[in-house]
Amino acid sequence: MELTGADILVRSLQDEGVEYVFGYPGGAALHIYDALYQQDKVKHILARHEQGAGHAADGYARSSGKPGVVLVTSGPGATNVVTPVATAYMDSIPLVVITAQVPSHLIGDDAFQEVDAVGITRPCVKHNFLVKDVRDLATTIKKAFHLATTGRPGPVVLDVPKDITAFKTKYVYPKSVSMRSYQPVTEGHPGQIRKAVQLLLNAKRPIIYSGGGVIASESSDKLIELVRTLGHPITSTLMGLGAYPAEDPLFIGMLGMHGTYEANLAMHECDVMLCVGARFDDRVTGDTKKFSPHAKIIHIDVDPSSISKTIACDVPIVGSASTVLDIMNDQLKESGKKPDAESLGKWWSQINGWRKVDCLNYDRDSEIIKPQFVVEKLYEVSGGDAFVTSDVGQHQMFAAQYYKFNKPRRWINSGGLGTMGFGMPAAMGVQFAHPDETVACITGEGSIQMCIQELSTCKQYDLPLNIINLNNRYLGMVRQWQEFFYDRRYSHSYMDALPDFVGLAESYGHIGIKIEKPADVEGALKEALNDKSRLYFLDFITDQKENVFPMIPAGAGHHEMQLSPRNSGQDGEERELA
Amino acid sequence: MRHIISILMENEAGALSRVAGLFSARGYNIESLTVAPTEDPTLSRMTLVTRGTDDVIEQIKKQLNKLVDVVKLVDLVESRHIEREISLIKVRATGTVRDEILRLTEIFRGRIIDVTDTSYTLELTGNCGKIDAFLRAVPNDAIIEVVRSGVLGIARGERGLKL
Repeated sequence: MELTGADILVRSLQDEGVEYVFGYPGGAALHIYDALYQQDKVKHILARHEQGAGHAADGYARSSGKPGVVLVTSGPGATNVVTPVATAYMDSIPLVVITAQVPSHLIGDDAFQEVDAVGITRPCVKHNFLVKDVRDLATTIKKAFHLATTGRPGPVVLDVPKDITAFKTKYVYPKSVSMRSYQPVTEGHPGQIRKAVQLLLNAKRPIIYSGGGVIASESSDKLIELVRTLGHPITSTLMGLGAYPAEDPLFIGMLGMHGTYEANLAMHECDVMLCVGARFDDRVTGDTKKFSPHAKIIHIDVDPSSISKTIACDVPIVGSASTVLDIMNDQLKESGKKPDAESLGKWWSQINGWRKVDCLNYDRDSEIIKPQFVVEKLYEVSGGDAFVTSDVGQHQMFAAQYYKFNKPRRWINSGGLGTMGFGMPAAMGVQFAHPDETVACITGEGSIQMCIQELSTCKQYDLPLNIINLNNRYLGMVRQWQEFFYDRRYSHSYMDALPDFVGLAESYGHIGIKIEKPADVEGALKEALNDKSRLYFLDFITDQKENVFPMIPAGAGHHEMQLSPRNSGQDGEERELA
Repeated sequence: MRHIISILMENEAGALSRVAGLFSARGYNIESLTVAPTEDPTLSRMTLVTRGTDDVIEQIKKQLNKLVDVVKLVDLVESRHIEREISLIKVRATGTVRDEILRLTEIFRGRIIDVTDTSYTLELTGNCGKIDAFLRAVPNDAIIEVVRSGVLGIARGERGLKL
């Protein structure tokens, strides 16, 4: 029997095991939406904006490990989804994004709602396709899923002209697909791995620096085994939080621009560094010329182009973190050797000295709500077990610093692209993937307004999210930089004319609570988290002057980090705003 | 240093724009670029001349390899190779210059392929240096138009860039 392209598309998604498609209909996508209507295996989630649909699919993917699927129409549908595609690309998240296209014979005519989706998305996708023949449709979908989920994962865009979705052909969904031009390396070179293990065993001041690649390759357990066998200190990138339990004593906190004092100094002073599944991003390295001057660097990455891109590495290992860590653990077991206890002990006492600085200390007795306090309370009230999404800015850093992530895939944020507006739609995707879990979105009054319309989607699908709005009436991170580097000229960082968030949440059919005193924080969080049936919008009125510390200013090295005034003895200094 | 990167890639629509886009997005320079289908119609062969430090060239090769349409590539400069460029050159050929151009064309082993009372069009093949030298030798005001193909390259000996 022959099927239309639209039916083939939907059948392919079914056969691929897709549970949810996040999307928004429109003219060129109507055949596909009609095919969706006539089945119930693939559930379609209607967002209120294509950007919301894209981020929701992304949150679904990040929290479940399965690819997220997006369906949008041509033209503005496609351009609205570019931000989520770029967000997923920067963080290596598997997405399959289907953009409908005007009929083939109109392509290039500046037709209604026509845009060159393949051209526009080319620089921010792992790969993209324009389907030109209905007979290629099923195979191309299979290729899209294969590309999105293997090697270094990433978004794949599939542009499907409307006429292709009407033409008929025989439907066969390939079980597997092989592409001669795409053969990602997964096994690391055994000789290199042996060298790496030797270096780690002989290190006097080692550090393990892990990133999102450990989460993407589901290698958390293997990393834990390696770190505990060696007894080495471990730090994590923003993207890697949760891969190693934050409460474990070997974990010395996040590194980088807003990393802990102990993590950054350990990075600076180390003699051997094992980087696994991270990419020496500029927010991690600071000034590359001052980066870890004494270190021999081992770098495990599935993407060869990540190796020696910004930081030259001594022992490159191209392979999946999963297989390489397996082999390292095996070699360590076989050798039976242990790192030298004496030098490691000295190193740890140096690190513990840095730890005593207590760089994340803040005023816990403040009469104004401190943003850090809200995050700490959320951690306590949720038992450290919530899925936490965030937007971008100060609140994102506070979330990363003060919520101790002990499991992978619990911390969902836009690390690479830094997309404001990501948090709430991503939280929707997380809640779909984990309907019985607590999902919190830590956000700010700036970011939340970038995708606020998704409150309506949450109502339609009864998503009991907990929106933690850290409302300081400022674009906090912008304000912080203006305070430090622009002589307190607060150019357009003040958010005037904010909505009444409680009333706003209620008008969407949710529960809104405004919290103005530290004493009310815990109660509000408990009320929200205990109610598993309603969305709570908690509007915390927080300290306008709070800054994120520690901080490595642009152009500085890890050892040149600025501590908070509390740590550097300048506490109590009056600072003026606006 | 100058490198000649020879690429076998899927003969798909948009493959060329992926390579060109990669170079502009990452700020690499392209000195010349030629592309045409091979004896296997599903494959295109691209020859790309670029300059950069060893680190940059290493990144260029890795980034090219990462493109899903790229099947295989080789940096011809790493071993013995031959490079050729073809050029079509139209010159004003009147009076004494007419004889001079004819002589120069012979010296450079070019061929005159079109003649009028006042002009010659000639074809000249060689490495870039040879074509540059010819253009320097011809009186400057005589040149009407120059069309160069960009560099083609192939390794010496039996080895070939094949699937």
